[in-house]
Amino acid sequence: MGKSKNWRETVITAVVRTCGYSAVVFVLLIFFFLLREGLPALAEVKLGELLSARWYPIENHFGILPLLTGSLIVTVGAMLIAIPFGIGTAVFLSEIAPRWMREILKPLVELLGGLPSVVLGFLGILVLSPYLRVFLNLPTGMTALAGALLLGGIAVPTTVSIAEDALDAVPQSYREGALALGATKWQTIWRVTLPAARSGVLTALMLGIGRTIGETMAVMMVTGNAPVLAIKLTSIFSPVRTMTATIAAEMGEVANGSTHYHVLFMIGLVLFLISLAVNIAASSVVFKSRKRAERVLS
Amino acid sequence: MKSARFLLLFMVVMLAACKTGAQGPAAPAGGSMYIQNKGSDTMVNLALAWAERYQAEHPEVSLSVTGGGSGTGIAALINGTVDIANASRAMKSEETQQAIANGITPVEFTVARDAIAVVVNSENPVHELTLQQISDIYSGKINNWLQVGGDDRPIVRLSRETNSGTHVYFLETVLRLGDKTNPTLFSTDTLLLPSSEVIINEVRQNPNAIGYDGLGYIPPDLMDSVIAIARDASGPFVTPSIASVNDDSYPVARDLYMYTAGEPTGAIKDYINWILSAEAQAIVADLGFVPIK
Repeated sequence: MGKSKNWRETVITAVVRTCGYSAVVFVLLIFFFLLREGLPALAEVKLGELLSARWYPIENHFGILPLLTGSLIVTVGAMLIAIPFGIGTAVFLSEIAPRWMREILKPLVELLGGLPSVVLGFLGILVLSPYLRVFLNLPTGMTALAGALLLGGIAVPTTVSIAEDALDAVPQSYREGALALGATKWQTIWRVTLPAARSGVLTALMLGIGRTIGETMAVMMVTGNAPVLAIKLTSIFSPVRTMTATIAAEMGEVANGSTHYHVLFMIGLVLFLISLAVNIAASSVVFKSRKRAERVLS
Repeated sequence: MKSARFLLLFMVVMLAACKTGAQGPAAPAGGSMYIQNKGSDTMVNLALAWAERYQAEHPEVSLSVTGGGSGTGIAALINGTVDIANASRAMKSEETQQAIANGITPVEFTVARDAIAVVVNSENPVHELTLQQISDIYSGKINNWLQVGGDDRPIVRLSRETNSGTHVYFLETVLRLGDKTNPTLFSTDTLLLPSSEVIINEVRQNPNAIGYDGLGYIPPDLMDSVIAIARDASGPFVTPSIASVNDDSYPVARDLYMYTAGEPTGAIKDYINWILSAEAQAIVADLGFVPIK
């Protein structure tokens, strides 16, 4: 009986370990595939051309800077919306709202997160863009701002879900201790609960950023896809072209192995590396060694 | 021992992933009755209408039609994954060479003709433009409607994506005025929209907008705001129609093509011959395109 138990233990441990390692293996394999298909672009197109400001691949203009700035401006805009709304909603749901309100609001927020992004993009073209054009007196409503608003709306449910869980997990003793010391409710939230839930909230924000930078369909429909170099502050009111929309729009038409094909994979590689950088930045904060006081209290 | 087992598992996974995905040419479709048709979004409705009628008359043949843009169809033909590629522009010489390098000789058939209509918002007082003016608008030299006789409004240029044959044709014929050595490009703030419907939608509700599309895609409520185009400032300003395409007075008309891999045989040959017949060309006229003479 001891031997068969041992055998089952071994199998289960092996299966679980494989699942755990496979996550790393898949990411590595994707990375190597992107490298294999994307690095030839560096050989075929001079680095100076790749960093130029004109993206017009059918005439061999492969400047990816407009795409980079397009993605960045839309992501930054979206996070400027998602961070206050996301964390604010999470704090409201977890700390301030009465229990019955929380039971209703939380599923509603998660329902918003379940909306397909294509549907939101559709609403963006039909409702949001015309409204922005009239309200802000712009030449056209198809701008980075429309994209940022939509993406903020898409990132908020993800952020709220995870941040709210993180805030919920903070032991009640923290809040009681703060209140006992005479802190007001806001002081408790801002200086005790939020810092204690820091790792969860940061994870929520990272997931929000990851979702935003990788979003394709919604931005493809509302940002106008114009490869404009978006470096001024007013560029938020001009059309932009994101890296994701570029890959989605052009991958179908490239002949396998052509220069255009390799450059598109290089753009994918850049996207991958940006996500990686964001995640590493987040992990370095999250896994920073906890102060001795925090270790003692928890 | 644990690390050895893990290493073995890792190597198995890596080896499984090492199978490269290079696509060989598709199995020859001459014998089978399944024809794949891919490419131009301009032609996709036409190709679908043809496919439906042909399948009704010949139930033993099954046709699949997909869009994706002329560039997509031609790339699929070069990769050998499609039987017939629809294109609203001619194949470029580099594309032909790539196909031949892959062992595929593309054969071109002109199956219909099309006019590209330039359309503005119905509130826009501008109704006539020369080719040069349209070229300057789209290349960024003219930025305000005042400069072409309209209101004081910024011009918002709408275009199809670069994989669209319509886009390439517009670049060559209008922006570059048919001159192959002309290096003019679309201005960087031209909106590259994914489909005709998005273009029409934006033109319909934005008074600053100018867009172009196949004549068959202009809805009835915008037909009055289609621009009459003249080859030069002195010439007659002609609106697009079947008549003005057939007598070559409308300067922005083009042929629509179907490409096959090599000379077509069997079911594909029958299909192409049927498309060139009077019955199929009647469908062409119904859909807003121009039948071949």
